Order: sequence, then C-alpha cells, then structure tokens
Amino acid sequence: MNPVKIISGIAAPFLRINVDTDAIIPSREIKAVSKKGLSEGLFSEWRYASVTERKPNDDFILNQDPYNRSSMLLTGDNFGCGSSREHAVWALQEWGIKAVIGTTFGSIFYGNCIRNGLLPIKLSSDDVQKLVRFVEEDPETNQITINLETLKISYGSSEIIFDFDKNNQILLLEGLDEIQRTLKLKNEISSFEEKHLGRNPWL
Amino acid sequence: MAQTLFEKIWNQHSIKNLGDGDELIYIDRIFLHERTGSIALKSLEERNIKIRNPNQVFATIDHIVDTFPGRDDQTLMPSGSDFIRSLRKSANKSAINFFDLDDPKQGIVHVVSPEHGIALPGMTYICPDSHTCSLGALGTLAWGVGSTECEHALATNTLIKKKPKLMRINIEGKLPTGVTSKDIVLHLISKFGSNGAKGHAVEFTGSAITDLEIESRLTLCNMAVEFGAMTGMIAPDKKTFTYLEGKTFSPKGNDFIAAIEQWQNLKSDRDAKFDKTINIDCSNLDPYVTWGTSPHQAIPMNKAIPLSGQINDNTERKSMFRALEYMGLGEGEAIKGKPIDAAFIGSCTNSRISDLRAAARVLENQKVARGVKAICVPGSSQVKKQAEEEGLDKIFISAGFAWRESGCSMCFFAGGESFGENERVISTTNRNFENRQGKKTRTHLASPTTVAASAIKGEITTPDQLEQQS
Repeated sequence: MNPVKIISGIAAPFLRINVDTDAIIPSREIKAVSKKGLSEGLFSEWRYASVTERKPNDDFILNQDPYNRSSMLLTGDNFGCGSSREHAVWALQEWGIKAVIGTTFGSIFYGNCIRNGLLPIKLSSDDVQKLVRFVEEDPETNQITINLETLKISYGSSEIIFDFDKNNQILLLEGLDEIQRTLKLKNEISSFEEKHLGRNPWL
Repeated sequence: MAQTLFEKIWNQHSIKNLGDGDELIYIDRIFLHERTGSIALKSLEERNIKIRNPNQVFATIDHIVDTFPGRDDQTLMPSGSDFIRSLRKSANKSAINFFDLDDPKQGIVHVVSPEHGIALPGMTYICPDSHTCSLGALGTLAWGVGSTECEHALATNTLIKKKPKLMRINIEGKLPTGVTSKDIVLHLISKFGSNGAKGHAVEFTGSAITDLEIESRLTLCNMAVEFGAMTGMIAPDKKTFTYLEGKTFSPKGNDFIAAIEQWQNLKSDRDAKFDKTINIDCSNLDPYVTWGTSPHQAIPMNKAIPLSGQINDNTERKSMFRALEYMGLGEGEAIKGKPIDAAFIGSCTNSRISDLRAAARVLENQKVARGVKAICVPGSSQVKKQAEEEGLDKIFISAGFAWRESGCSMCFFAGGESFGENERVISTTNRNFENRQGKKTRTHLASPTTVAASAIKGEITTPDQLEQQS
C-alpha cells in the first residue's frame, strides 16, 4: 500500500443516505477475478443514462464539470452499507477518489477503505454541511485539503480537526503491509494456538 | 467480572493487546466463496504467501453459479466461469476444504456452514461476505470482512480488531401464528433504522428468542448487518446442541460431550454490561413487508406506507421520495393488494428446509396466479435433497414454482439471470436496494409464507388472507 499523508482537490457533495456497495459497484460490473478494471462500473446505474451503451447521465454529479475531476466525496449517513465487496473501494480509487468524508460508514466498507489507503473521515453532520456549503460556492476554486499527519481538514481560511484511530493513522502514513507486520508475531500466535486447540480439541 | 456472550468468546480468542484498543484476535474458521474468496486466494498466490492452516479454511461455489437444472461451470453471467475456475484452481492447490458444484455439501456458504457443523458455538469465524453474521445464531462469533482482511486471516489465522460496543436486544412475548423471525427483524430495522446498531455487536435475548428454532434464529441474525451491526448473536442452548449433534464437522463422541460442557457457559452473565439495550414485545407483531429501497423502509402488512409529513428528518424524507418513485408507489398507499409480477424464495436469509416447508404448506393444492413468475431456490444441495425426499419439490412445481439447484441465484443481479424492469417482486431475500435483483426491479422483502401467499393471490398478501377468501 502506498503511504497516504496529504490529499487535496475537488470534493463532490453526494449526500444521499444509505448508499450501498451494490450502488457503488453493481455486482454485474465485477467482471474479472481482479482488483483492477472496475472504475468504469463505478455507480453505473446512476452514472449512465444507458448502462449498456455507457452513455453518461448528465444529471449525475460525477459527470458534471468540475466534479468529474473530484478526488473526494462528501457523503451522507451510512455510506458503503450492504455487501462486503471490496470492489467498491477499488472502483472508487481507480476512478480517482482518494477520500470519503461523511457522518457514518458501513463498517466493512470502512475497514476496506483503511486497508487500501482510501481515507475515510468521520465528521459531525454540521461539519460535513460546512464543507458542502464551502464547496458549492465555487467547486473549482474551493478545494479541500486533508492532512492525515496533523488530522486537519483545511478549507479556505478555516480548519476542522478530525478524529482518526491512531493505529490506522500509522498504517496509512507509513503504507505498511499488515500481513508482514503480523507475521512477525508468529511465535506468539503459535503458542496461543497450541493452548487454544488444547482447550478445544474439536477445532 | 461479569461478561457478555460476546466478551467471553472475544477474550478467549485475544492473543495480544496491540495498544490503542487494537487486539490480535485468533480466527478459528474461514469460509470463502467464488465471488470474493477467489480474489483473496489469487492475491495471496501472487504475493507468494501461504495459507497458515488450510484445514481451517472452507470454500464453496454459490454466488454467480447458475441455478438451472443441469448447470455447470458455464454461467449466464458473462465471465462467471472465470470466478468458479479461479476458486477451484486455488482451492485445489492450497488443499483447503472445497465443496465443488458436484459435492453434496455445495450451497450458500451461510446455509452450508451450520448444516455441516462448520460453524460451532464459541468459535471465531469470518467470511468475505456481509451476511456471515447469520452464524451468530449458533453462538459463533462470526462477521463479514473484505477480501484484504480475509487475506490477513488466511495468512496468519488472526485479525487485528477493536472490540465493538455491545447491544442487547431483548425480545419477549409469544410470536403470533404466521409471524416469523423475518418479521421480527424487519420490525426491528424499521423501528431503529438501517444504521441502528452501528458500531455494535448485538446479542438477541429473551423468551421469544429461546422459542425460536435454530433455522429461524439464523434468519434473524442474518439481517443483523442490515441493522448496521458487526454481528448478531444468540447464546447456544439445548436446541443448538441437538441441532449440531452428528453433523459432518461437529465434534463426535467424548469431544462432543466436552464441547457441550464448554458451550453451556456461553451466555451473558446476569450482571454483564451492555452499552445499549432495546426491549421489544413481539406478542402483537404482524407480518412485515418493505415498501422502499432500504430494509428499514418496512411496515406491517395491514398498515399504509407512511406520509412524508410524518417524517421530520429532511434527508430521510428525500430518501423516501426517491424510494417511492423507484418503487412506483405513493405515500399513504396500502401495501397489501399491490399486484406482483414475481415471487422469489431463496437466499441465505430464507432458503433452509424449514422455510421451504412453511412455504409448501401455503402452496399445497394451490396455484400461482396467472402471469406471476415464481421461483424457489433451495439454499444448499442438502436442503434440495431433503426437500425432494419430503416431496416438497412436487408441491412447489405443481403450484407453478420453478424448482432450482442451490445457490444465491436472483438475490442479486450479477449480469446473468434477473427480474425485469419495473417488475414488482416479493422476495425472501435481505436487500431491497435499487437495481439489486435486476435493473429497475422493485423488491419487497418478506417471509417465505408471505411470499408464497402473495404468489398465489398475485398481489402482496398473507396466508390468513387467503384462508378468509376461500
């Protein structure tokens, strides 16, 4: 995973609630055993007027200039609920989204974001609204900067401080490989396992 | 110190505190399917990382395989066979337990796992699938993960996790005749929202839960994720032990006796603390059905769709208008009596033998209404076989239902078979999301008996309404 430190860019307000991972990437857009080639299917039922012909729906925010160059989404409650498909994160990233800022997220989706370096930021609904108002004034000029090191979002001359889990922060800042890190604990895992299986021999 | 059921299992699996709330948790079982498991296995192979304990890993094919009789690797979904073959190849190479298409143990992961004793009380259990929470019904600590997290578990037998908050949902009262655990869970989600248990692991307790049979408990816990929970659990009891006895992978002989001794302790202590408690009385509950495009948009069968004026939250109201437009419905309209185009019985929520028996009792000597496409997809090859031994297949077929091979089937549209545009489908599945069962398909979630009755009448209704008519 590549380290994530500072993300700047255009943010698209997309405040629909309960946007599920089926909507982010419909099952039929997952066409190969691969983490790649998914951006075309991102939000396909909403993004295209005709899905088969890939004819864009001009009403969809990510098809509108300058939001078609967004690097973050401002999202509504429970964004990424539903199916565990990690393809939702891979599709967002491949399209160009580097951060999602919202009130709450589907829990599996949130974990998938962390493990792929797509920055998920939880703010109060008031703070999300502040960002929306700022962006909507002039989306091209009014860009947002997120600093994961200082845990600050800067917009215009204002700032919002956000909470972020410390271990996840380190994971993202350093771009660590979680498996290799855990494998260093293999002796502790083995000794736990021996006792655990001794207590529960049917496992 | 008093502990909850969740805490007992969690603490028994905590290898190490990693600081700042993170714990290294030992994972006992991993189940994979072709849709998300294939990519996890392939990704590990590409990185040359070995599966730590292949004998603790299981895999089967359920998600995109066709369910037509005589099916094989070829699927209606373009490229579906790539997923099947990729999983098969990786599974054979890594020597994990694999139930291929021709294996009698093939079926939907969350149906196969309890019926073969792969998930057991007190275990930690993961699968890259959100409905893994179903298995909490056995007192298993089971939850859905992404593919990358699954790779971590395959390589290390562990996950790094923070302990979630704990919620107790206490359900008392005798469930009225004809009302099922599906109705309980739809009621719960409609009352507290699809975000209602965000950040929590839920334990279901109370006399109504004790009364439920194991398969009904699986249905209830299955939709915990639709309530926003990490998982839903039920303390194992005599019903659980009887259910698990003699299953393929259940402990045998003295091991089973020793296991029961331990499993009996798997319940929340009397003074155990929960972060939140919800009390529900189910003695006057009606059958539920969804009207919108999120599982929380559900109402009792005899009630009307809410009026937008009753909803204070602006975003929720907007979401309601959008849902009604998608569903071709209006606020204040009755849901009962809406004509349907199709009826679907299947999915990890409601495709077990008891679901099929309940639906068959409604369908016996009846015919599906003209023009209604009706499909029954047993949840596993074993459920299908048992249903056929009991003659249920004949009841379904004679009523006009298609009788299929097992799999996830039309719970979702993966590019193969689907319901049509603007078709109204009453379905025993778990998600009524936009475009979930087909492009612009309108899904109404309900119990197997409600689906069977609606199929006969050609409109949304319950079995007792059929009886009143005849």
